[in-house]
Amino acid sequence: MNATRRILIYAGALFILLWSAGPFVWEFSTSFQEDKALTDSSPSFIPHPFTLQHYINAFVSRHLQYYVLNSVIVAGATTALCLILGTMAAFSLSRLNVRGRFGILFVILSVSMFPQIAIVGPLYLVASNLGLLDTYTALIITYIALGLPLVTWVLFGYFETLPREMDEAARMDGVTTLGLLWRIILPVSLPSLVTTGLLAFIAAWNEFLFALAFTSNINHQTVPVGIANFTSLYYVPWGDIAAAASVVTLPLIALVLIFQRHIIEGLTQGGLKE
Amino acid sequence: MSQALPVVAAARPRGVPIALKGALVPWLLLLPAIVALCAVSFYPILNGIWLSLTNTSLITQQSTFVWFTNYGTLLADGQFWNAWKHTLVFTLVSTGLETVIGMGMALLLYEAFIGRSIIRAAMLVPWAMPTVVTSKMFGWLFDGQYGLINYILVHAHILAANVNWYGSVHTALGTIIVADVWKTTPFMALLLLAGLQTVPVSLVEAARMDGAASWKIFWYVRLPLLWPTLLIAGLFRALDAFRVFDLVYVLTGGGPADSTETLSTLSYKVLFSTLQFGYGSALSTAMFITEGIIALGFCIFVMRSLRMNR
Repeated sequence: MNATRRILIYAGALFILLWSAGPFVWEFSTSFQEDKALTDSSPSFIPHPFTLQHYINAFVSRHLQYYVLNSVIVAGATTALCLILGTMAAFSLSRLNVRGRFGILFVILSVSMFPQIAIVGPLYLVASNLGLLDTYTALIITYIALGLPLVTWVLFGYFETLPREMDEAARMDGVTTLGLLWRIILPVSLPSLVTTGLLAFIAAWNEFLFALAFTSNINHQTVPVGIANFTSLYYVPWGDIAAAASVVTLPLIALVLIFQRHIIEGLTQGGLKE
Repeated sequence: MSQALPVVAAARPRGVPIALKGALVPWLLLLPAIVALCAVSFYPILNGIWLSLTNTSLITQQSTFVWFTNYGTLLADGQFWNAWKHTLVFTLVSTGLETVIGMGMALLLYEAFIGRSIIRAAMLVPWAMPTVVTSKMFGWLFDGQYGLINYILVHAHILAANVNWYGSVHTALGTIIVADVWKTTPFMALLLLAGLQTVPVSLVEAARMDGAASWKIFWYVRLPLLWPTLLIAGLFRALDAFRVFDLVYVLTGGGPADSTETLSTLSYKVLFSTLQFGYGSALSTAMFITEGIIALGFCIFVMRSLRMNR
């Protein structure tokens, strides 16, 4: 490889790094700067003077912790249920003799292509009739159906890579169908389950439209709705927003970086497997 | 197992339970997922189509069947066509940019260099971020008075004065596209990289031995083999871009002067601000149908081009 080519590659790599991580790093730095510095004529990257005021505002006067708690409950429950239903479905489609399984897989996948705005109205009416507006239940049930296609597809893709000799050996030993799932497939699939769970968690944590439509107070609103409502009509508290954004994004970024290899594999399997 | 079932059933007209029990297990395992999807996706879609044929309004509390009146109103509604235009521009431009830039990034990441895994990891940052946070972050970066982008552009003498990016009808849609490109391009690049890695190295090396230039190798060897990945990734991206909601709703709310209104934000407003569920459902059903047509058309196109390649 010649020198020019090498330089071009590193320049490109640097550009990608700045492009991907730059805006968030800037936002993070913003969260430690005083309002006066933020409206200064020349922005600075290093927070000077350094302040934690925006974090205090985010929690004390804007009650970010309530939104976080709501999101943890909703996303956590969604993840658990998605994993349970998705594992059962993917196992059945991959390991058992289901007639027309590719048809079923395709129908499941097609759900993820529906524009969500097309189902939010009818679901709102149902939730309203059942008295489920402003409850975790309505959000969790909705998010399960949104996350299920991806979870099922990724797990199906993973199960397909497990050797079938394993099943046969287990069958010979007299293991039942459910025993096969519980005692053979699940233990070897744990890493894949963790990654898939993380994908479902991130999707539920980030969802905005349904949370916006189905909840109207801080007792059940999730993080994205909370942050969206930070702005008042006349004043945008950029520092407080940056602090809240950092609080709800940093844990996700940490998780994603820890599991990055698996996530990329999982997503490419779920997204591109024919 | 299920193939053997009819024979067993025929031989034992009354005593099927044992075989049937075995055959039921797969369906019992599938059932919860199917019920969930029916309850939260298929039923609401059908219900939405029904609602779109009524004049349901939560304000007047009425609901009468009105046939296709809503669709007639829709076709004559300037706001609908306005939103259509923005949605189409947004979808085409952002998907196009994300595919081209993503391809460039993927080709770069395909090369071996020190620190490649760090770059790959960094690319997941925009993807993991809640879209609402992305929107707020871009609102700050492109802020009309104190935004970093204005500062850089003015000091680099590219702009004479600060631009109110999200507040001007000329720049708002473009700036939303920038935010979307930022958020999604890296992810697109990772998908394309995965596709690139499936191209057999021997083919590329053979071409190189024959003295083919890099761009020729890309155009004649890699691209044709990458075509299916590219099409599928493009389809998913386009369908996703078509229903854009969070970015627009949080960044501009459809403004200024409706210059960024998309089909999703317009539907949302009709549904939840005016509470006209009949008309709102007609809007969202029209969107659903369009997505279906795009997806179907794309599938046919992909099948055809795959068959031609073979």
